[in-house]
Amino acid sequence: MLDNGFPLATESNILKELIKPPTILRTVVNTITGSTNVGDQLPTGQLSVVPWRRTGVKYTNNEAYFDVIEEIDAIIDKSGSTITAEIQGVIDACVKLTGMPDLTLSFMNPRLLDDVSFHPCVRFKRWESERILSFIPPDGNFRLLSYHVSAQNLVAIPVYVKHNISFRDSSSLGRFEITVGPKQTMGKTVEGVMVTSQMPKGVLNMTLTPSQGTHIFDPVTKLLSWDVGKINPQKLPSLKGSMTLQAGTSKPDENPTINLQFKIQQLAISGLKVNRLDMYGEKYKPFKGIKYMTKAGKFQVRT
Amino acid sequence: MTDSKYFTTTKKGEIFELKAELNSDKKEKKKEAVKKVIASMTVGKDVSALFPDVVNCMQTDNLELKKLVYLYLMNYAKSQPDMAIMAVNTFVKDCEDPNPLIRALAVRTMGCIRVDKITEYLCEPLRKCLKDEDPYVRKTAAVCVAKLHDINAQLVEDQGFLDTLKDLISDSNPMVVANAVAALSEIAESHPSSNLLDLNPQSINKLLTALNECTEWGQIFILDCLANYMPKDDREAQSICERVTPRLSHANSAVVLSAVKVLMKFMEMLSKDLDYYGTLLKKLAPPLVTLLSAEPELQYVALRNINLIVQKRPEILKHEMKVFFVKYNDPIYVKLEKLDIMIRLASQANIAQVLAELKEYATEVDVDFVRKAVRAIGRCAIKVEQSAERCVSTLLDLIQTKVNYVVQEAIVVIKDIFRKYPNKYESVIATLCENLDSLDEPEARAAMIWIVGEYAERIDNADELLESFLEGFHDESTQVQLQLLTAIVKLFLKKPTETQELVQQVLSLATQDSDNPDLRDRGYIYWRLLSTDPVAAKEVVLAEKPLISEETDLIEPTLLDELICYIGTLASVYHKPPSAFVEGSRGVVHKSLPPRTGSSESAESPDTAPSGVQAAEQPAVIPTQGDLLGDLLNLDLGPPVSGPPLATSVQMGAVDLLGGGLDSLMGDESEGMGGSNTFAPAPSTTVPTTLGAPLGSGLGDLFDLTGGVGTLSGSYVAPKTVWLPAMKAKGLEISGTFSRQVGSISMDLVLTNKALQVMSDFAIQFNRNSFGLAPAAPLQVHAPLAPNQSVEISLPLNTVGSVMKMDPLNNLQVAVKNNIDVFYFSTLYPLHILFVEDGKMERQMFLATWKDIANENEAQFQIKDCSLNADAVSSKLQGSNIFTIAKRNVEGQDMLYQSLKLTNGIWVLAELRIQPSNPSFTLSLKCRAPEVSQYVYQAYETILKN
Repeated sequence: MLDNGFPLATESNILKELIKPPTILRTVVNTITGSTNVGDQLPTGQLSVVPWRRTGVKYTNNEAYFDVIEEIDAIIDKSGSTITAEIQGVIDACVKLTGMPDLTLSFMNPRLLDDVSFHPCVRFKRWESERILSFIPPDGNFRLLSYHVSAQNLVAIPVYVKHNISFRDSSSLGRFEITVGPKQTMGKTVEGVMVTSQMPKGVLNMTLTPSQGTHIFDPVTKLLSWDVGKINPQKLPSLKGSMTLQAGTSKPDENPTINLQFKIQQLAISGLKVNRLDMYGEKYKPFKGIKYMTKAGKFQVRT
Repeated sequence: MTDSKYFTTTKKGEIFELKAELNSDKKEKKKEAVKKVIASMTVGKDVSALFPDVVNCMQTDNLELKKLVYLYLMNYAKSQPDMAIMAVNTFVKDCEDPNPLIRALAVRTMGCIRVDKITEYLCEPLRKCLKDEDPYVRKTAAVCVAKLHDINAQLVEDQGFLDTLKDLISDSNPMVVANAVAALSEIAESHPSSNLLDLNPQSINKLLTALNECTEWGQIFILDCLANYMPKDDREAQSICERVTPRLSHANSAVVLSAVKVLMKFMEMLSKDLDYYGTLLKKLAPPLVTLLSAEPELQYVALRNINLIVQKRPEILKHEMKVFFVKYNDPIYVKLEKLDIMIRLASQANIAQVLAELKEYATEVDVDFVRKAVRAIGRCAIKVEQSAERCVSTLLDLIQTKVNYVVQEAIVVIKDIFRKYPNKYESVIATLCENLDSLDEPEARAAMIWIVGEYAERIDNADELLESFLEGFHDESTQVQLQLLTAIVKLFLKKPTETQELVQQVLSLATQDSDNPDLRDRGYIYWRLLSTDPVAAKEVVLAEKPLISEETDLIEPTLLDELICYIGTLASVYHKPPSAFVEGSRGVVHKSLPPRTGSSESAESPDTAPSGVQAAEQPAVIPTQGDLLGDLLNLDLGPPVSGPPLATSVQMGAVDLLGGGLDSLMGDESEGMGGSNTFAPAPSTTVPTTLGAPLGSGLGDLFDLTGGVGTLSGSYVAPKTVWLPAMKAKGLEISGTFSRQVGSISMDLVLTNKALQVMSDFAIQFNRNSFGLAPAAPLQVHAPLAPNQSVEISLPLNTVGSVMKMDPLNNLQVAVKNNIDVFYFSTLYPLHILFVEDGKMERQMFLATWKDIANENEAQFQIKDCSLNADAVSSKLQGSNIFTIAKRNVEGQDMLYQSLKLTNGIWVLAELRIQPSNPSFTLSLKCRAPEVSQYVYQAYETILKN
């Protein structure tokens, strides 16, 4: 890996070939034959033009799965308008194909992508000229592409948070109320919703009732977290109640920021869609699959 | 029973057991034992006692065992050099193994064993491996050359490995190319003079081809190497840029940063009018933004680099402000860095957004961050004038929050805003005064007191406010005390009637009761000012203040340019050049951006020549250096020490003041100085008057001995003219002229006493001037000058004085002192006294330089009424160190190509056209510092006409 301080190979496929990862079968074989996990052959890929792929790959089930995963990073201000929003997307692949397959992947709307960074296997020229991803994939799991969509109008915000948090100056009680609802979800369900918020130091305790899910307030770290689960558009989940504030102190200066996590299956929020996946160079017919998912990255609502 | 068992048993135990196991016949047991040994070694136990036993296991066909033994060898060979020789045979044998993995392993391990005796045996196997048929072995061997070079550089050179390594750059396998480049770069870095990587367009082309095909780390080696290449023109730079841009889309952020480095460097050579320049700017933004989506640690590295890029070329990211908005759960180091970049990007177009964000940040929890956010608002106000009003109102809103540290910080920045926009926002003073009591930090208190003092006339109860501070005067910090003193004096000058008592009180507190010398001194100064001349006091204390600059904490341009060359390395994270934190004997190569060739911008780039005039002086001939040292020594030590042997110590290390631009100006000379520009410490402009006469003559001798570098004939000397008429100088008349003889400049003076009294105690001083002219010895007038007597003096000069650009350039302001008074006069010196003896350029160099200098730096002059022929002109000019390099006859005209060099290293190239029939000559001058041209022309005229 490192020689004289120069990093040489960090490609996992090569490393796996140099030192084979232990499996049960291999351990058994090793104990019987006395061989080891240290490969004694030179990893062929390291010097070839496709250093990321090992040779002699064989599978009985040939399959190629691609996950398009998008994370929304956003800052929403008090009034609900978007301050910044961007999408960090990746396409992770799991390719288990025999031989030396040559794949092409094309998108319905490739112009969406602002900035892309590719796995070295992707042929840059074809992307430049035709906007098609053409590559000989590494074996196994790898990240084919990561991209970035930052043009604001293209970033749909799938959920909204209505909040009403008030600390009153004189009394030692404060009101707390938040409601989460779906916004632009293209008809898909928002699930795995989790709301966390760092409350100001002056908050001693919170008495809250959620309409669904469970919530915890840790009086030591002042961290409120509410595990909402799925959002039912007919009956929006809400969390209401009161806060006990430290008596005698003035109201806290800072407002808590609400951090949101959620997942939407089968949707790439940027609208990116894979058009088709083709394979050249090998005869067999592979099993293909594409999955979309949208997640919240750093999704913050200021109050 | 004795207690000795405690010492013996444990000692034997483990090592003894391991020894037995290592010598076991069973392979499996052996391997287990070696593993145990390695494990002990890794945790730091000393298992070197097992050396022979482990080495015995080396001859095996089991690769795993072999690797383990090699690992052990690398660690302990140094402590057991004699035993390590035992392993040599196996190494040599393994280098011939049919398995390339083993060949490579052997050569790699041998390189890691830093034992001299082994390296001798290494040469043959290494030579074979460098030419191995398997690229894997070749690439390992390439790195091995670098290792060997580190141990024994001479050996590597003698064995010709460097040439083999250079050949590997043309290897068919991209990984071999990458490793060869990496190895060569490393060797070149430790031997900056070796000129190993003399890249040319062909080899660059090979590298660019390999770049597309090799692994990510290989790409980094190649990109870093490309960054050190200097393309010959903007077209080459552009074509390299075009081939490097695809790397910006690489998934590995190190590759991206290295590519950014190459582009940032070569962009310097592209003209801004070029379409491609704009395209490149656009292409650079997205990858930089994408770097920010990584983990916080990587983000930080990216942000530090972006911080440099934004300072160099703010246009790249001007539309990307939003990505630097802070998320509340970013780690603090990321937050602070983002904030810094936000301010740098703030402009009129986006200021509203920025302010809204900053205001948001000012209500966060983290105190450090809040403070910086408040400061940032102030910096925005100072940077973007149109936003000042909004910034001030934002700050007022923040003050209303009454959060203690926010208020204090706001007051500190409002003070700066007052400095920048005087008399504009005093309406807010009332609000500020309300918060007087809550200020407990010295900086905020000092700022508030400054505001009160500055605007005393508009604050009705200013005296009461200041008086309230005065009560605890001695408990305040120095900063506050000084500010309070000044503020009260200001107040007194503005409202003298009511505040007399107050000012007396503060003056006595400061002068009598304080033990701080600064405070006492300032108190006394004010006291005396006020008591001697209140009007003058008003002028001094209430003087116009200089405006504060817009951008604070910018990195100094030369450092910035150097750091741009280190994008993607630790230097770019520390924002310090590697020499500041890399220890060890490695020669540090100063990198600099290429000079811009885009013609329209030569004046803009900090590297190009105009700065050469104000530049730090470059001692041109050794005697002057020695001489300077003599001065310094005399100042400090007293007895004169002979100069020349010590001259080298004047070299102040590698302070590259002007970046690479100067290197080309300096030509061959800077090479003589070891590749780095020297920087002579600026001596005080006064020459110590205590120097005795013997020293003066000693220096004279010194000049005579070592000064004769060039031609022996002196250059033209103008007749003496009266510089200082007797009327203006209470009877002292000074006339004089300048001359240059055998490498030394002197000022020939005639002092005439036209007064009725005897004059004595003469001394002379020069003001700072364009070329750093300064007296090399004190003015020696041996006997007092009687009335109506004259004395002729030749005052040796050097050019190591302080430099300041004068207008006209050759203006020299002189002060002469005698027992009567001090007199000032100014005179113009002819430029040819600054033409040095080694101003002859090589033909090739002349040609290249002539082409290299932009056309608008060319100036044309007519020299009228000169009847000399070409040869006579040539020899006449040579006498004044203007050297004719070539002569051509074109259509009956004689063309003379000439060069000359000024004492500060500026080269001037000249083309002189002489028509036999015409008494007018045409002179074309080309120089990187065009402002000298006019004076060079004057010098030409003076020399030719006399």
